[in-house]
Amino acid sequence: MTNIIELKNVNKWFDKFQVLKEINLEVKPKEKIVVCGPSGSGKSTLIRCINRLEEHQEGSIVVDGNEISENTKNIENIRAEVGMVFQQFNLFPHLSILDNCSLAPIWVKKLPKKIAEELAMENLKRVQIEDQAKKFPGQLSGGQQQRAAIARALCMEPKIMLFDEPTSALDPEMIKEVLDVMVDLAKGGMTMIVVTHEMGFAKEVADNMIFMDEGRIVEKANTNDFFKNPKSDRTKLFLSQIL
Amino acid sequence: MNLNLIKPNKENFYTYIVLGITLLSIGFIDIFSNTFLNFNITGFFPKIISYLSPLILGVFGLHFIRIEYSGNKTLDAINKNLNSSNTNAILSLIVIFILIKYVPSLLNWFIFDANFLGSTKEDCTGDGACWVFVKVWFNRFMYGMYPDAEQWRINFSFILLLSSIGSIFILPNKFKKYIILFLLFIFPIIALNLISGGIFGLEWIETGAWGGLSLTFIVSAFALIFCFPIGVFLALGRRSDLPAIRYSSIGFIELWRGVPLITVLFMSAVMFPMFLPDGTYMDKLMRVIIAITLFEAAYMAEVVRGGLQALPRGQYDAAKSLGMGYWRMHFLIILPQALKLVIPGIANTFLALVKDTPLIFVVGLLELAGMIGLAKTNPKWLGMATEGYVFAALVFWIICFSMSRYSQNLEKKLSTER
Repeated sequence: MTNIIELKNVNKWFDKFQVLKEINLEVKPKEKIVVCGPSGSGKSTLIRCINRLEEHQEGSIVVDGNEISENTKNIENIRAEVGMVFQQFNLFPHLSILDNCSLAPIWVKKLPKKIAEELAMENLKRVQIEDQAKKFPGQLSGGQQQRAAIARALCMEPKIMLFDEPTSALDPEMIKEVLDVMVDLAKGGMTMIVVTHEMGFAKEVADNMIFMDEGRIVEKANTNDFFKNPKSDRTKLFLSQIL
Repeated sequence: MNLNLIKPNKENFYTYIVLGITLLSIGFIDIFSNTFLNFNITGFFPKIISYLSPLILGVFGLHFIRIEYSGNKTLDAINKNLNSSNTNAILSLIVIFILIKYVPSLLNWFIFDANFLGSTKEDCTGDGACWVFVKVWFNRFMYGMYPDAEQWRINFSFILLLSSIGSIFILPNKFKKYIILFLLFIFPIIALNLISGGIFGLEWIETGAWGGLSLTFIVSAFALIFCFPIGVFLALGRRSDLPAIRYSSIGFIELWRGVPLITVLFMSAVMFPMFLPDGTYMDKLMRVIIAITLFEAAYMAEVVRGGLQALPRGQYDAAKSLGMGYWRMHFLIILPQALKLVIPGIANTFLALVKDTPLIFVVGLLELAGMIGLAKTNPKWLGMATEGYVFAALVFWIICFSMSRYSQNLEKKLSTER
């Protein structure tokens, strides 16, 4: 099977500081990858490069057959195929939950309003907050907001979903409701790259694990091997602290 | 009986109340007799004490009625709102005394001693304001030198404007956008043609004859409508990644912000025609409106930029990640939020614009304040400047206050953080 995402020798600097060093990564369709590592290791930057919220300076990133670079004409079309969920939810506070979800389908995919709203309700039902559709983001709990953000991304019917620490800003009792939605999504066959510290979730859904430190991929292994016999000392140390 | 004079308490409630109210009453009687009867009942004290006696008596009085948890609702409310400490008691008293001393004389000037009847300056015999002046000149203050017989054209335009604005609030939502489009694009053309005339057999009335409050409205309305979108685009331009657009926006904004409006108006009237090719002519009023529009647009740009900068980066990220390009991201996500944030700043700029319009007198256009300036130099009406400018202040205040109220309502209506 051809890779849906392919990163080759990707390097990135913030001014003089190198945040990504020689990153190589292949993701197959329907593959689930969990990225972990200490803070500042470049995990978020890595996945933000995949939909070009960050620009890389060297190497190549290919998403669904399209090379992503400065010259990419229709970066919007590629972004429309890659859903993203953020740590801070980033819902649009001036729009109701329903409008948050139907806005991009209407304006980017040019769906008729009625169909876009049906699609939105479908996805809100999927994350079990269809009864909150008329409310504004500020009236929802953190867990509900994050589920709404997932529904918003799903409304674009993306081929790939990127999760950037989706549960890190949540109260402990709300983490589970968001993870449940993500597990459900994984079982539905979505291609997912998840940056998270939730190792229980990783063990349950990830096909492969990536451990990053100081801008490098230190270890990439299938989930079983990663937790049972981590190879590098750095990974062992990290796992001993987090588990 | 065990009176605690430092800290009044509930125990001897009535003693404290009687004591406090007595002192307070003497203080108020003192200030009343001073103000209205010209008799100083504390005149036997040294001058400074006599001067401050109402305040001193009042503070002691208020001190004695400051009984915590008295159980009397009215008293508790007074203590909480006017009398929560000795400092606050002093401030409350000073404010009340100032009102007692000056409000009656102001009212006398405005209404009770004012002259409303008659048609010449000689009819003003009372001590108060001579509103006859405003009455006689009212027509000019409203329409300037616009011929009396043609004033229905201005009236009709304003009635049309007000009724279409009113219908926005009454008609159901689906007609709203047509009315707004009508107001933005069709109404200005109708109003301009109607007021200037020259077509459909209407008499041509040159803009030099326009004036008074109607000119204030015309200049403000056009400048308001156009400075807003220009300001928004300048703000976006200033934050653009493209250096050419960014630097020209910065240059434009800083140039216009750095120049006093009065010089801009001079330039528009005197210098600008020199740059026009020979034989072309642009109306003076048009040039003035363009000048004010560009001037206020520069301020508007900076207000809007403040709102843009207040938005978290996550909003941009989220919009981009959904596949929105630059324009969709800005018009659907960024601007609605940024503009909502800066409604107070936008209102500020709009109010400043309306209040800047009198400056167009420097190029010979006389709106409300300008007409008053002209009327007060009329030999038959010398010495009426106060009445005229008070009238102008009142009219401007009513306009600006309504705009301010509207902006506050808008803020409330658009608020989604409940």
